[in-house]
Amino acid sequence: MRFSFTDEQQEFRSVVRRFLENKSPTTAVRRLMETDVGYDPEVWRSLTEDLGLTAIHIPEIYGGQGFGISELAITVEEMGRALLCAPYFASTVLATTAILKAGTDAQKQALLPDIAAGKTIAALAFTEENGRWDAGGVATTATPVGEKYRLDGIKSFVLDGHTADVIVVVARRPGSTEANGLSFFTVRGNAAGLERCNLATMDQTRKLARLTFSGVEAQLLGEEGAAAGPLEVTLDVAAICLANEMVGGAARLHESAVAFANMRVQFGRPIASFQSLKHKAADMLLDVELAKSAAYYAAAAADEGDEDLPALASLAKAAASEAYMQTAIHTVQIHGGIGFTWDNDTHLWFKRAKSSEVFLGGSAYHRERLMQIWQV
Amino acid sequence: MTEMTVETVRAEVRAWLKQNWDPNLGLVEWRNKLIESGWGAPHWPKVWYGRDLPDGMLPIVEEEFERISAVGVAKMGIRTLAAATILAHGTDLHKQKFLRRILTGEDTWCQLFSEPGSGSDLAGAMTKAERRGNRWVINGQKVWTTSAHRADYGLLLARTNVDLPKHKGLAYFILDMRQPGVEVVPLRQMNGHASFNQVFFTDAEVAPEFLVEDDGDGWKIATTTLMHERRGADAMRRYIKPSERPERVYREEAREIAIDLEPYKWYPQRAGRVDLVIARAKETGRNRDPVVRQEIAKLMIMARCSEWTARRARAAHQYGRPQGPEGSLGKLASSYVARAANQVHTLISGADAMLTGKNSPMNGVIAEILVSTPAISIAGGTDEIQKNIIAERVLKMPKEPRFDTDRPFRDVPKNVLPK
Repeated sequence: MRFSFTDEQQEFRSVVRRFLENKSPTTAVRRLMETDVGYDPEVWRSLTEDLGLTAIHIPEIYGGQGFGISELAITVEEMGRALLCAPYFASTVLATTAILKAGTDAQKQALLPDIAAGKTIAALAFTEENGRWDAGGVATTATPVGEKYRLDGIKSFVLDGHTADVIVVVARRPGSTEANGLSFFTVRGNAAGLERCNLATMDQTRKLARLTFSGVEAQLLGEEGAAAGPLEVTLDVAAICLANEMVGGAARLHESAVAFANMRVQFGRPIASFQSLKHKAADMLLDVELAKSAAYYAAAAADEGDEDLPALASLAKAAASEAYMQTAIHTVQIHGGIGFTWDNDTHLWFKRAKSSEVFLGGSAYHRERLMQIWQV
Repeated sequence: MTEMTVETVRAEVRAWLKQNWDPNLGLVEWRNKLIESGWGAPHWPKVWYGRDLPDGMLPIVEEEFERISAVGVAKMGIRTLAAATILAHGTDLHKQKFLRRILTGEDTWCQLFSEPGSGSDLAGAMTKAERRGNRWVINGQKVWTTSAHRADYGLLLARTNVDLPKHKGLAYFILDMRQPGVEVVPLRQMNGHASFNQVFFTDAEVAPEFLVEDDGDGWKIATTTLMHERRGADAMRRYIKPSERPERVYREEAREIAIDLEPYKWYPQRAGRVDLVIARAKETGRNRDPVVRQEIAKLMIMARCSEWTARRARAAHQYGRPQGPEGSLGKLASSYVARAANQVHTLISGADAMLTGKNSPMNGVIAEILVSTPAISIAGGTDEIQKNIIAERVLKMPKEPRFDTDRPFRDVPKNVLPK
C-alpha cells in the first residue's frame, strides 16, 4: 500500500481535516502564536478525547489505538495543512516514539497511557546549542547516583520543551563520545534544577525552548548506554512525519496561490490567465506532488519495517524541505505586495516552511546522509 | 455461459496455451492461431479477434503468457494506435483488411500528423487532400514520422477545406505508403541518429473508402489516436525484451523486436540514464567531492519521487479512484529528471564531457546522454504544453486566449515555410 491509501485512511483523513478546519482557522493560529503556551487546552482536549489523535500509533496494550506511522503521517499532514498550534509533534511524534523504541515494558505502561489520553504532554530534549541533529552532538552528561542519575548540560531547540509535563532527555555517560554511552532519561517538567527558557521563534506557531539541567534527578528510560539505535529510529520516524507535515502545508500554500491568482485582476484579466503564472503554478504542483510521493512512501515503509528506512527518511525530509520552501517563496511572489504583509496569511506558512527546513536537519545534511547510507 | 472471473479466465487461457503453444511454429503462423482463438487481443470485440475481456483482466492473460514464455501478437509501434483507431472509427472493410495483419505483425504503420508548420498545434495541419474524380489527392509534407521508411500504411491527418475553422476542415485517411506519390527522407537529429523521417506527398492518392468516417471528422479521430498514444507509452516498454531461445518463433520475434526498436535505441539516454550515475561517480572518484555528492543526491531524490508519483497514479487507476493531480505530472517530471541527470553526468565526467564516440566515457554512451536529453521535453508534447494542460485541467486556471478557432482556417496566421 505504498502508493495508495485505503478507503479507511481516506475517511480518517477527511475526519481530521474537517476537525482542523473547524478548530484551527488562521484566526485561531494568529491568536495562539502570540501566546507563550502556544496552544488551546480546549482544542487539545477535543483532539485527544474526541478524536483520540494522541493515541494513534501507541499499541492498544498501552492505552493507544494501535495504528501505524501511515495514520500518524496523515494526521500530521493535515495539521501541517491547518498549521495547528499544539504540542502534538513534540508529544505524540517525538517523545512517544522515543519511549516506544527505547522504554521497557513497565516504563511504557507507566508513561504511555497518560500520553495517549493527552493528559501528559511530553517533549524530546535531544539537540543542544551546537544545533547538531546527530548523536555526536550530545554533550549533556548523566552521572549515576544510586538508582537514579543526575543530568548536567544545556538542551536547545526543544520543541514545546517549555510546557511539557515530561521531558525525554538524551544524555551521555561522562567521558563517552559519538554514538557510544548515550541513554534516554525522563524528567518531570517541573523538576528541581531544570531551568526552562522559551526561545523567541521566527515561526511563532512552533515553540522552542532552551532547557538548562543543573544536577537534575532523572529516571533512566530503557537500557543504559544503548540509546543510539532507538534514537536513530525515532529521528527517522520524526523526519518522515515532518516531511508529511510539510507536504500538507505546501499543498495548502499552493492552493491559496492558485485561488488568489484566479481572483486577482490586473490589466483587465485575472492574473491566473497569464502563462507565466500558469507555468509557475504547474511547476509548484509538480514539486508538491513529488515530495508527497516520497513522504507517503516513507511512512508506509516505516509500517512495513523496511530496512532502507534511514535512507527513505532522509530522502523524504530533503524532498519536502525543498518543496515546501520553494512553494512558500512562489506563493508570496504570486500574491505580490500583499503577500509580504503581516495581515496576509502566507507568511504563517512561509515561516513554518523555513523552520521545518532546518528542524531535524536541513536538506544538505539529509542529502549527505542519504549518500552515506547508499554507500556512494 | 459461466461467469467470467479471474479464476475462470486464468484457467481458460492456461488450458488453451497448454493445448496450442508451440515455439517451433513460424511467428505469423503462431499468431494467426492465437488470433483465431481470441487470446491474442482478448480485450477486443468477439467479432474482431477478441473475447470482450475487460481491460482489468488483461494482466492475468499476460501473466499466463509470461509464465510459459509464450509469444503474443505484434504490439509495438504505431500499429497498436492504428488498430485502436480502426476499432473505434473504421468500417468493416477497414477492420477486415487491416486488423489481422496488424496483429500478426505483417504490416507496419506510421502516423502522419506532425508537420514542419504544426508541432504542438497539430490541428494546424496544412497537408492538402482534394477530391479529384474518384480519388483523394494528397499534397504536402509531414515530419517526425517514425518507421515511415518501412511502413505499409500511414494514418494521415490532412486539410480538406480552408474555408472552415481549423478543427472542422480536417479529414483522416488510411494512406498506402507504397505508391509513387510518397517520398520518405530520413531526418537527422542533433545526436546524430536518424530515427524519424520527413514524408513528402506529391499527388499521392487515397481511394474514397479509406477516408475514415466523414470529411470534417479528422480532428475527432486524431484525438482517439493521440489518446491511445498517451495511454500506450507505458505499456510499450513491457514488450521490449527479446528472448534468446533457439526455437523458430523466438528467433523471428527477436528479429521483429530488433527492427521495431531500432529507432528507439537512444531513448534510454534521452531519459538521462540516472541508473549509471552512482557507478560513474565511484569509478571516476568524483564521489569524494561534496558538491558532486549533493548534486547526485538531488537527482536521485527527484528520480525516486518521480517514479513513486507514477506508481501513485497507476495505483489510483487500479483501484478505480478518480485520477488525482499526480496522473498529469509524469511527463513533466521526466523532463526535469533528464535535464538534471545531464548536468550530473557532465559534473562527473568533467573534461571528458567534451568528447564523443569512442573517445568518450562508456564508448560514447555518456556523450549520447549529453546531446539526447533535450528531446524529452519536446517529443510527445512540449513541457510548455504540458504546463498549460496542468494549469487548465488540473488547477482550473483560465484557458489560453485563442485567435485561431473562430475564423476560416485560410485567415489564420501561419508559418512562412522556407523554400
